[in-house]
Amino acid sequence: MQNIISRKTICLLFLMVTTFSFAKEEKHEGEGDIKTEIKEYISHHLLDSHDFSLFSYTTDSGEHKYIGFPLPVILWDNGLKVFSSSQFHHGESVAEVDGDYYTLYHNKVYKTDAEGTITLDDHHHPTNVKPIDFSVTKNVFTIFLVGLLMFFVFSRMAKKYKTNSLPKGIGRGLEPIILYIRDDIAVPNIGEKKYKKYMPYLLTVFFFIWIINLLGLTPLGVNVTNNIAVTLALALITYFLTTFTANKNYWGHIFWMPGVPWPMKIILAPIELLGTIIKPFSLMIRLYANITAGHIVLMSIIGLMFIFKNWIGSPLSFGLAFALSLLELLVAALQAYIFTMLSALYFGMAVEEHHDDH
Amino acid sequence: MEKLINEFSIGLFFWQLVLFIGLVLLLRKFAWKPILDAVEKREGGIKDALDAAEKAKLDMTNLQADNEKLLKEARAEREAMLKEARDIKNKMIEDAKGEAQEQANKMIEQAQAAIESEKKSAMAELKNHVAGLSLEIAEKVVRTELSNKDKQLELVESMLAEKTSK
Amino acid sequence: MTIPNIVGAGLIVIGAGLGIGRIGGQAMDAIARQPEASGKIQTAMLIAAALIEGIGFAALFAA
Repeated sequence: MQNIISRKTICLLFLMVTTFSFAKEEKHEGEGDIKTEIKEYISHHLLDSHDFSLFSYTTDSGEHKYIGFPLPVILWDNGLKVFSSSQFHHGESVAEVDGDYYTLYHNKVYKTDAEGTITLDDHHHPTNVKPIDFSVTKNVFTIFLVGLLMFFVFSRMAKKYKTNSLPKGIGRGLEPIILYIRDDIAVPNIGEKKYKKYMPYLLTVFFFIWIINLLGLTPLGVNVTNNIAVTLALALITYFLTTFTANKNYWGHIFWMPGVPWPMKIILAPIELLGTIIKPFSLMIRLYANITAGHIVLMSIIGLMFIFKNWIGSPLSFGLAFALSLLELLVAALQAYIFTMLSALYFGMAVEEHHDDH
Repeated sequence: MEKLINEFSIGLFFWQLVLFIGLVLLLRKFAWKPILDAVEKREGGIKDALDAAEKAKLDMTNLQADNEKLLKEARAEREAMLKEARDIKNKMIEDAKGEAQEQANKMIEQAQAAIESEKKSAMAELKNHVAGLSLEIAEKVVRTELSNKDKQLELVESMLAEKTSK
Repeated sequence: MTIPNIVGAGLIVIGAGLGIGRIGGQAMDAIARQPEASGKIQTAMLIAAALIEGIGFAALFAA
């Protein structure tokens, strides 16, 4: 129930704050550059980047200083091109590799000439050639780190079980979560007999989304789950697992729904088929939108602090930001739970045995 | 929607897919399988222990019931034995009594028979004795009587008279 | 973001909020009536809410 309220609240807040702030910003676009700066900062924060910078500042002499480290850029542009992102100087200069020139525009790599000119079309979209970018970006780096962390923590936990049947240390806190996923998500949705083969995926996806959502709330500024690419990858895995482990009964229900007259069967088949795609699609959108909305709202409210700059508004938005952060902590776990739960439900539909009660 | 498609990064998608699938496979082998197996084993152990305890409890009650039954049986047996012994005792006493009675009766009978025969023989002896005595007396009398003629006649007379009067 | 978009987004959020609120309320009633079935009701509630939410978000992005 609380979850529902929280999601309702967050939707409403999202609406309120975005309408409020965007409407305001549209009206007074030229008024103060702090507002545009905040807006840019937010959209920049939501984007991926090619280097891992914790924060940046401008020195008195007008020079931008970045605290962080560069990451490798891997491009496929008539052959593999690998170079360090330090060559971009945070988008301030053009990188030259084997006679080709690349530059960053809105954190995306474009092929340019030696001067780094970007030509824009009417919709402010660059018309330059975009090489296929397989770079280890900040998000990829974070995914890798989370994977390492999970592997380290859980394999250590597994080792402890070899000598002692009771969990030790961090496993004491993690075991109830694992058991919860098994007993309250996997078993009731998939069934006693078949849940085992889905357990690795469900456990991994739950902990992965949870940890990465929580990391997004830290001041590290990494936002992995608000990339549609990440959520699409996760949803696709669920989709393929559902599709490839599905039994005859599942396909029977999609193409030739039992218990309805035959004209209905013909109408239902495409709807059901579309449904199989909508399910993972909604998984993808839900996770992406919840996290993105949370970040936008939170950062907007933090930004309000700098807009109000008075004794009433700023503490108010600080308090609001604090409350919202707590809410986001809940949402981080909730979204992981929902994703796991719905995945388990879809798996359960795929392997459900035939019942006569239709 | 257009913004979403614009934002989509193939590189990130690729890395997420590869890293995540790798993570699932690695964790499955090195973490989830051992953890879940261990937990399952532990739960199995707990269940077995509980079952065993339940069984032991049942055995205990059974044993107690058995004991009770045995005790009851033993008691009944003892009772029966005592009763039997008492019966035997009574019977023996009874038998002994009967035998003694019989013996006594027999002895009494024998004694009576002996007495009877003694009496008979005594009687016979007495008779003989009396007969002898009588003969002797009679001889003496006759002798004395017959020594006198008169008297002999008288005797014959009286005897005849006696005989004829009869 | 233009004004029609914002109004559209608002309508979507109101609709989704009402829908999810109704699901939540009904689930509460159901749990109050049958506390022993609360697990199943919760699951069904979450699924229904998640489906509405999914449509809501899809519409938000379209708006």
